[in-house]
Amino acid sequence: MSGRVLVGVKRVIDYAVKIRVKPDNSGVVTDGVKHSMNPFCEIAVEEAVKLKEKKLVKEVVAVSCGPQQVQETIRTALAMGADRGIHVEVSGKDYESLGPLQVSKIMAALAKKEEAQLLILGKQAIDDDCNQTGQMTAALLDWPQGTFASEVTVEGEKLKVVREIDGGLETIKINLPAVLTADLRLNTPRYATLPNIMKAKKKKITQVKPSDLGVDLTSRLQVLRVDEPPQRQAGVKVETVDDLVSKLRECGRI
Amino acid sequence: QSTLVVAEHNNDKLTPITLNTITAASKLGGDVSCLVAGTNCSKVVEEISKIQGVKKVLVAQHDSYKGALPEELTPLILETQKQFNFTHICAGASAFGKNLLPRVAAKLDVAPISDIIEIKSPDTFVRTIYAGNALSTVKCDEAVKVFTVRGTSFEAASPGGGSATSEEVAATSPVAISEWLEQNLTKSDRPELTSAKTVISGGRGLKSGDNFKLLYDLADKLNAAVGASRAAVDAGYVPNDMQVGQTGKIVAPDLYIAVGISGAIQHLAGMKDRKDTILKNYFTKIFIHFVFLPKMTETVHILTKTL
Repeated sequence: MSGRVLVGVKRVIDYAVKIRVKPDNSGVVTDGVKHSMNPFCEIAVEEAVKLKEKKLVKEVVAVSCGPQQVQETIRTALAMGADRGIHVEVSGKDYESLGPLQVSKIMAALAKKEEAQLLILGKQAIDDDCNQTGQMTAALLDWPQGTFASEVTVEGEKLKVVREIDGGLETIKINLPAVLTADLRLNTPRYATLPNIMKAKKKKITQVKPSDLGVDLTSRLQVLRVDEPPQRQAGVKVETVDDLVSKLRECGRI
Repeated sequence: QSTLVVAEHNNDKLTPITLNTITAASKLGGDVSCLVAGTNCSKVVEEISKIQGVKKVLVAQHDSYKGALPEELTPLILETQKQFNFTHICAGASAFGKNLLPRVAAKLDVAPISDIIEIKSPDTFVRTIYAGNALSTVKCDEAVKVFTVRGTSFEAASPGGGSATSEEVAATSPVAISEWLEQNLTKSDRPELTSAKTVISGGRGLKSGDNFKLLYDLADKLNAAVGASRAAVDAGYVPNDMQVGQTGKIVAPDLYIAVGISGAIQHLAGMKDRKDTILKNYFTKIFIHFVFLPKMTETVHILTKTL
């Protein structure tokens, strides 16, 4: 393996922010809220950069789809060690309805255009929690998929992938080119150092439009409303273990 | 209107989430068919044909279906879809379903819907977003609706009383771009996390994997499943399959006992459907039913002894 890796990076509301549903139930409040790179995308970037450091790939390209602000997310990837960025410009109504199907069409088109050998994405974004884009991109390219990866080893022209599944771990071997999606324990992403943040400012970000890639952004999914989850009743306080046990017995939990 | 449920199994037994998925499929109205793809799965076919609500079992057997690789199963589902023209295709929102259905959906050029918790109508579904901190109601105008089902949000279909017919479908030719090597499953005699009535979870506050023994002892008294927070899994205290939360298992017990867990929103996402919570920790910022503050490990000890 010696080719190019494309990494998808999504700009999402920071994982530590407590989200608020808009009063008109049209979505969640995003204005004035801290945004960061999706944590799973950070793991994807780290894995790609590590492959480059091991000289197993020649170039790492970070891709993000969205309005101007996603360039910040691409810059973060560049500061972590990606070589260059591609900003796929999507804004306004198109951005509001942009979902995994549209993004996977964009990623697949870019993979062909850039002659990528490997795509690494996060396994899910922490905003929509969809967990779809990697699988769908692999489908559109007819490439194999190594999803929920917790360990990846290059074995010649194949990848050995240890995957996190419900009952434990599973090992598969897939041909290249391939799509990987990163699970939590694949690696620990590095922090971008100040010198690397400075260097990243000089790296190139190319802008493309979905139409340049021949991708139609029509969505047939429509969010009708977004609600707060039902609130829980306040608890009661008990003083001793005996109290606890008797209360639990009272309500039939034990 | 008709629905295909892609069954999850190990050739020997059906995975329980398939029962919950069949219930969700039945709610749509119309006939429910189940696809069983495997290497030698006659036992599973028999099991499914008895499940209440299943009309037809479609069976495809081939060596290439070993390990349920999505690269091999996708062409099979597409062929099946060509033949039967289902209006809905679904599977459980487990590692199996999440891996497979988006691949199928992309090939059909439709947007799938992940992890639904409610069906409002045949084209309108509710799902959680932002780690369960908001609920999104989505209308799907795709010709075929492809979705995965959160097991804890739908009752399990009754495993007896049904009488489905079974039908062989031709196996598709191997794609051979991926290969299944092995599975390392954690063995446990305790109930399965996602369906357990009582769950005891440990977090980083337990300080070591050895200290999980405290929870195992209590779990055995209560016939409970043992889970963990991401922090405990990341620290290497316990294996990944014990993780409860946004990216781990979704649990819905009657009683949830959290020990040494601070209650990060990503963890709460996995246990929103619990009925009561006992929080034994120094932090009390999560919704709780019983608060308990003295020394954590001692309390668990006493509790285990008392029961």
